[in-house]
Amino acid sequence: MKFLSKCYIGLIFFLLYIPILVLIVFSFNESGSLAEFSGFSLMWYEELFNDEEALSSLINSLILAVSSSVIATVIGTFGALGLHRMRSKYIKGAINTVTNIPMMNPDIVTGVSMMLLFVAVAAIIGSQSFFGFGTMLIAHVTFNLPYVLLSVMPRFKGLDKSLSEAAQDLGCTPARAFFMVELPEIIPGIVSGLMLGFTMSLDDFVISHFVSSPDFQTLPLYVYNQTAHNVKFSMYALSALIVVVILAILLVVNFAGSVGNRKAKEKRG
Amino acid sequence: MKCNIIKRISALLLTILCLLPSLLFCLSGCAAEGIGSDTVTLYVYNWGEYISDGSEGCLDSNAVFEDWYYDTYGVRVKVNYSTFSSNESLYAKLSSGSVSYDVVVPSDYMIERLISEDLLAPLNYDNIPLAKENLLPEFFGETSEHSAYDPGNVYSVPYLYGMIGIIYNTTMVEADDPGLGSWKLMWDENHAGNILQFNNSRDAFGTAQYFLGIDVNSDDEAEWRSALDKLREQKPILQGYVMDEIYNKMENGSAGIAAYYAGDYLAMYENNPDLEFFYPKEGTNLYVDAMCVPKSAKNKEIAERYINFMLSVDPTYGAPAIANAEYTYYASPNQKVVDDESYIEYMSEIKEDAYEKMYDTDAVQTSTYKNLSGEKLMLINRLWEELKSDVTVSAGIYVICGIIVTVLLGLFIFFAVRKKIRNIY
Repeated sequence: MKFLSKCYIGLIFFLLYIPILVLIVFSFNESGSLAEFSGFSLMWYEELFNDEEALSSLINSLILAVSSSVIATVIGTFGALGLHRMRSKYIKGAINTVTNIPMMNPDIVTGVSMMLLFVAVAAIIGSQSFFGFGTMLIAHVTFNLPYVLLSVMPRFKGLDKSLSEAAQDLGCTPARAFFMVELPEIIPGIVSGLMLGFTMSLDDFVISHFVSSPDFQTLPLYVYNQTAHNVKFSMYALSALIVVVILAILLVVNFAGSVGNRKAKEKRG
Repeated sequence: MKCNIIKRISALLLTILCLLPSLLFCLSGCAAEGIGSDTVTLYVYNWGEYISDGSEGCLDSNAVFEDWYYDTYGVRVKVNYSTFSSNESLYAKLSSGSVSYDVVVPSDYMIERLISEDLLAPLNYDNIPLAKENLLPEFFGETSEHSAYDPGNVYSVPYLYGMIGIIYNTTMVEADDPGLGSWKLMWDENHAGNILQFNNSRDAFGTAQYFLGIDVNSDDEAEWRSALDKLREQKPILQGYVMDEIYNKMENGSAGIAAYYAGDYLAMYENNPDLEFFYPKEGTNLYVDAMCVPKSAKNKEIAERYINFMLSVDPTYGAPAIANAEYTYYASPNQKVVDDESYIEYMSEIKEDAYEKMYDTDAVQTSTYKNLSGEKLMLINRLWEELKSDVTVSAGIYVICGIIVTVLLGLFIFFAVRKKIRNIY
């Protein structure tokens, strides 16, 4: 049984990671072909770092992902706080459902409706170059919000109400009690919401496709538009780099987390 | 102590949050506007990988245009170059009105559609003198045979063109194969399992229509039906319906016969010298991608000068027309490019007869796709669905899915019942 379960895990990991592995291996391929591995070369990496368009769209993607996830996290955290303190159960349920719509909705519906909205607004205020970073940011914040709410809400539910009351008893203003007592407790939820939002925003294609402008091109849009002809091999190199960076971040986060846990245990013990 | 740190951290976070959006707006604004406020931005929308972009030591056509414009007119222009992957996505962008471009490069049938919907602006040829001077008469002007999509080229100036032919692997298809030179090769049962067909309704129907000698822009539903029957006949011997995968499949020899564009053939040939190419004798499709200026363009004059510049073979500015043709491997409708010694040499270095394959095509019968009515497009889509949906494999998939679901359900019920029985005792 033990052997079987090991085989099963092995198979799952194999299926999960073989495409990424192929991509990384072929990003070092000398000839621009997936047909055969003719020799080791770093030429695609070199080409990537000379490709201004790819690099600028990567930077755009990062700017957008960071700003939209941060804004969504702030709005979402305060939204969760409000929802948590809401008295009426029915209104609470209704609002919870409504905020989940952007997440349950197919991306294409969100994307098209966002575009129509922006076109209509642009027509009303008579602005011509309305699309760009601003519209992208609004759209990304919109679809990031439910993820933040979803990861912060359970933290609030697990929070002991008397803690905040005790702090206020001891002379804290409600705001101060929130920042000093409640916020530190829900930080893990906020961080995971932030991370979720960041990744969702980084790899979003469909919604971005509808609300983007040539001024602000993100990486998924750039890569997609190359599929008319053969995708450049420097994109393989870029994907390989992204995988490595994400792996490194995950390792650091997990390592720091386990060290932190150990320290906390030592303190308590 | 601990509270203090947290307080400080949250204060810092909040400040960053408040400042971040404004900072970012500023950053992106600066990036978009370029060096100075007197710089004009020209928005160009072209196919992906369809211009010489400065990689691997070739000419950066857009950068050279910026220099040339400053030298000639004393105005700084920044080219904002973005790409699309299909005519339909270009159409969606243009017709939604969400963004405005100055130069777009759609294919022939899409130009026809854009003209009919009044989305393109007529060109002022005073700004594009090179069009008359350089372009081949087949592609430009009142009497040109390949510009039926825009008679007299009122709205468009040809950029590059291509023709569909059949690519085959010489290790799989003998030199005396009776199918060579004809569409018949793609219907030959001796090559069953090695043939690739377009995964795109218009091109796939096109292969059958050319083979049968039917008009590719036919109005007659019965003719489309007969093309469908021909495709059905071909289906069992196909390896699959593919688009981009064709590169890898042909390069590594996992498929032996496929119809594709001549320019892409040369790109594949570089990775697999066993590949050969011919134009079928029954006739084939010729398409033209042409530069146009949309009605919503903000800098029409600069856009026209951009179009003119892309036709230029002036060596002081790197001859962009030649550089683009060399970079993309597609055929140029530009007389000066076709006659250029260095271009001919460049092509012959890729493959000895590459130049002849591209341009010595007088004997090949060609026709272009025309814009079809909405009704006709619906019909084609329906027929295409009919062709793709009668798959025999899918029945097997349904059966397997059904079995898995039943097994899971059975297990679930089994465990639920067992738990209940245990709870009773």
